[in-house]
Order: sequence, then structure tokens, then C-alpha cells
Amino acid sequence: MNWHAMRAIYLFEMARTRRTLLQSVISPVISTSLYFVVFGAAIGSRIDEIEGISYGAFIVPGLIMLSLLTQSVANASFGIYFPKFTGTIYELLSAPVSYIEIAAAYVGAAASKSIILGLIILATAGLFVPLQVAHPVWMLLFLVLTAVTFSLFGFIIGIWADNFEKLQLVPLLIITPLTFLGGSFYSINMLPPVWQTITLFNPVVYLVSGFRWSFYDAADVGVGISLAMTLLFLAVFLAVVAWIFKTGYRLKS
Amino acid sequence: MQTILSVSELSKTYDSRFQALKRINLDIRRGEIFALLGPNGAGKTTLISIICGIVKASEGSVRVDGHDIVADYRAARAMIGLVPQELTTDAFESVWATVSFSRGLFGKPANPAHIEKVLRDLSLWEKKDNKIITLSGGMKRRLLIAKALSHEPEILFLDEPTAGVDVNLRRDMWQLVRSLQASGVTIILTTHYIDEAEEMADRIGVISKGELILVDDKAELMRKLGKKQMTLQLQTPLPLLPPALAAYQLELASDGNELIYTFDAQGERTGIVALLEDLNDAGIVFKDLHTTQSSLEDIFVSLMKEAK
Ligand SMILES: Nc1ncnc2c1ncn2[C@@H]1O[C@H](COP(=O)(O)OP(=O)(O)OP(=O)(O)O)[C@@H](O)[C@H]1O
Ligand SMILES: [Mg+2]
Repeated sequence: MNWHAMRAIYLFEMARTRRTLLQSVISPVISTSLYFVVFGAAIGSRIDEIEGISYGAFIVPGLIMLSLLTQSVANASFGIYFPKFTGTIYELLSAPVSYIEIAAAYVGAAASKSIILGLIILATAGLFVPLQVAHPVWMLLFLVLTAVTFSLFGFIIGIWADNFEKLQLVPLLIITPLTFLGGSFYSINMLPPVWQTITLFNPVVYLVSGFRWSFYDAADVGVGISLAMTLLFLAVFLAVVAWIFKTGYRLKS
Repeated sequence: MQTILSVSELSKTYDSRFQALKRINLDIRRGEIFALLGPNGAGKTTLISIICGIVKASEGSVRVDGHDIVADYRAARAMIGLVPQELTTDAFESVWATVSFSRGLFGKPANPAHIEKVLRDLSLWEKKDNKIITLSGGMKRRLLIAKALSHEPEILFLDEPTAGVDVNLRRDMWQLVRSLQASGVTIILTTHYIDEAEEMADRIGVISKGELILVDDKAELMRKLGKKQMTLQLQTPLPLLPPALAAYQLELASDGNELIYTFDAQGERTGIVALLEDLNDAGIVFKDLHTTQSSLEDIFVSLMKEAK
């Protein structure tokens, strides 16, 4: 293993975050606070408790998931897309590093960022609603697994994208809608039966549900299923990354 | 002499079906400066990119000090430093950070003393904390060299190192390349400036339309292909050439004040003695004469004409 290289890439990516602190940390915090003001305080005060949890508290896991997914994808896709765009990728391709090391470093950095961000949002939420975490270890497990899984997804998008539009397309057209429709802001039990069934095809449901279970011990689907689905996504994305690297897809002409 | 880099039967066809390289065979000797000459689009960058792992070869193989560039890419790439043709840099990194990054990427432990030496050698030490975006083009070029040297490579590729570099800096660059060679680094450079190859290279390869049409020692090349010219300054101007001298294919220059005779320096006989006798017979008197040898540039231009 070329540990020096992985460390160099990881630190480089983390330094990029530090330079863009405003964009990468402060803006999600502000938008989360806005969600709390709008959904938690203004609208939430008119909504009954869901499964015995106040609405403001109920949406905390969903909000963290929302940021976790979008930020993981955004960070990882940008991280690998940018060197392709500027041409500095020549150095990465000519270095004695394996593709696995490259992917691990980029994905590791993107996941680290979104995990930190998730924890910051959790702390921010604590300012608005009383927090309670029933299963802290599971909570962290879901946090880390989701961050890694969707950073991998972002990495794939970053390699696939050959312009900035495509880079924005997937987060905008897929991640955001799926998250909003994935029970971030409601329990799927509140939906009419047909929609409950349809919703089960939305992968984000399992992520949000499992994560919410780790907070409140209440879930839309069983926690085992949530974990299995998360691992399934991880496996699928790993397979895609392996294929990309085997074929040099969009990396080498 | 020992071979450090061996390219055999290397071909490249891009996805666009364009064949950029055709069965290239080339051995680079340890410690030499090798100049790759060729017009735009000849395939110089493609060749370098394949050796460095940026482009996949379609056929053939490359060995770097015995290590196959595909099967044993780690060992092969660790030996190589690459300065690309395009000025591609991260805008917002500092000079120091980006050079240190390169060293790490190539698997070497941090060594601030070495980075400092490289930056000083390239006159970038004063700029070490500056953001790359604030550097001039020439500085960026040197920064790319610093990045390539950060991991102490044994082979250095310079893809048009002096493009867009002013005359003084060019001389500095040549100096740097020589001192690198003195420290044992093998250097392969591409250039459009033939005087650069003439000035620095030990050997020269000429590539045209994806084919390596010639590889030779510079001195040998100039001896073999070099044409000599003899210029005679006449006592009295000549309005036109006497028919008796037609066989020599002379040229009249400077309003008839000069006669120019071109001959093959390697030829069995230069014909000079005969020419001088015939001039004497024709009653043409000259007051001075000198000879010149064609430069590499002339050789190159004539080679390219042949290749067309
Ligand atoms: N990615 C690519 N896809 C298709 N064709 C390519 C690609 N890269 C280069 N080529 C073509 O391959 C040929 C060789 O290009 P290359 O960059 O190797 O030339 P070069 O000798 O370095 O030229 P220059 O002196 O202009 O730098 C050119 O005709 C170029 O258009
Ligand atoms: Mg080129």
C-alpha cells in the first residue's frame, strides 16, 4: 500500500474543505436551522406527535440524512471531477498508486467531511429540540456507513461526469427528491397504503428509517432490513467502482 | 551503455480510430539527455503519456529499468517524474503544499530539506507560500518541474519545457537540465526548438505522423546529414554564372558578389579542388572564402520534407 499517497490525497482534500469552510460547513448549518424554524417551529407546532415523538425531534434524523447524502455525493463527486476538469489528474494517473488507494483516499475524505457535518448538524439540532439517542453505536454506524456509501456514489458520478451540468444533475434530480420522498419529514405510515408500497422502492427510506430507529427506537421498516439495504448499496457502488478502475472508464484514453 | 527505458512495438490507436503511434521501438540509455523532435501532432505527448501511465497502449510494451509499466506499475512509475506540456495546476494551493503533495503521492516520506532544495534550484523559494494562481506562466512551468523532481525521480520527462519561457529562463532551464544529468538523472525532452535539442541532447529521435523515423547520436546525425556550404567572395561581381560551371550547381548571391557552393561533407569527394581549378580557368578571382555547416534545424526541415 502506498500510505504516503493516500495520506497526501486525504489531507489535500481536507485542506480544500478548510479553504471553502463557508460553503462546506456553514451553509448546511444555516439551511438546517432554517428547516427547524420552518418545519420544526412554524409548521411542527401544528402537527401532532409522530409515534410519540414531537415533530421537531422527529425530523432530526431525516435532516441529518438529507445533508449527509447530498454532501457526501457533492464532496466526493467534486473532489475527483475537479482534477479531471483542470487536468491535474495527470499526476494522479502517473503516480505509483493503485486505483483502490485513490478511491479510498477520495471517498475517505468526502465521508469524513460529511460525518463531521452530520455531527455539527446534530449539535445544531440540539439547540432547537431536546435530543435523545437510544442507540448511539448504531447511530454512528449508520452515519459512517451512509457517508461512505454515498461518497462512493459521488465518486462514481465525478468520474462519469464530463461537464459541470452532469455533476449537478444526479444530486438535483435523484438524491434530493428521493430524500424528500423518503420519509425524512414524515413517517411513511402516514401515507395512503398504495404510496406506502411505492415508497418501499425508494432506497432512502431504509437509510432514514434505520437512522431514526437509532435515535428513537421507532422505525418504518425493521432495522435489520435497513442495515442490509445500506450494505447492499455499498456493495453495488463498490462493484461499479471496481469496474470503472478495471476498464479505466473516463480516466484513460 | 545500459538501457534504462525500453519501448517495444508500441502502437496507439485512440477511440476516435486515429492511430497516433505506429510500432515505436526505442531504447533510452541511462544518464543521457534524449530529445524527441517532431511537428505538432506527431505523437510525442502520446508516447510520453503511455510511458507515464496516463494513456493506455493499444499494443506493445514498455519497461522502465526492467519493470513493465502495466504489470509492475508501482516500481516503474516511482522512478519517473513528468512535466506535462500543458500548465495544469491547482489554483488555490500554495507552492509549498503542492510540491509536498507530489512527493507524498509518489510514496516518499516527507522531506522538507529536499523540497527546499528543489524550490531554491528553480528560484521558487521566495514564492513558497504564494498561491499558485499568483504565479506567472514561467513560474508555473518551473513549479511543474519542482513537482516532478519532488520525489527524486531517476528519469525525467520534460514535454516542451521551454514553451513560453523567455530567453534568460530558457538558458537557466538548460543549465538545470545539465545539472540534473550530472546528478545521474536520465532526461527525455520534447521540443519544437531545434537549437534546444542541438544545444543539449546527447541523442535525438525524430517522430513524424506516429513513426519514429530516426534515432541517432546528435553528433553523428549532424555529421551524416549535415551539408556544408562554401561561400566565395568575388573580386568583381559576376552578372551570371558561366555555363562551364553548371555542373557545380552554384548559386550567385549578394548581387553577384558571392558564389555559394553546397556539398556533402560525407561524400567521397567534395569537389572543391576541381571547382577551384575550374574557377581559375574561367578567370573568376575571389578574395576570400569560408565554409558553414548546416544546423540541426536545416537537417530537421529536410527530413520532414522527405517524410511527407
Ligand atoms: N485523446 C485523444 N483522442 C484522440 N486523438 C488524440 C488524443 N490525444 C491526441 N490525439 C491525436 O494524436 C495525435 C498525436 O498527438 P500528440 O499530442 O501526441 O502530438 P504531439 O507530438 O505531442 O504534438 P505537439 O507538438 O502539438 O504537442 C494528434 O493528431 C492528436 O490529435
Ligand atoms: Mg505534445
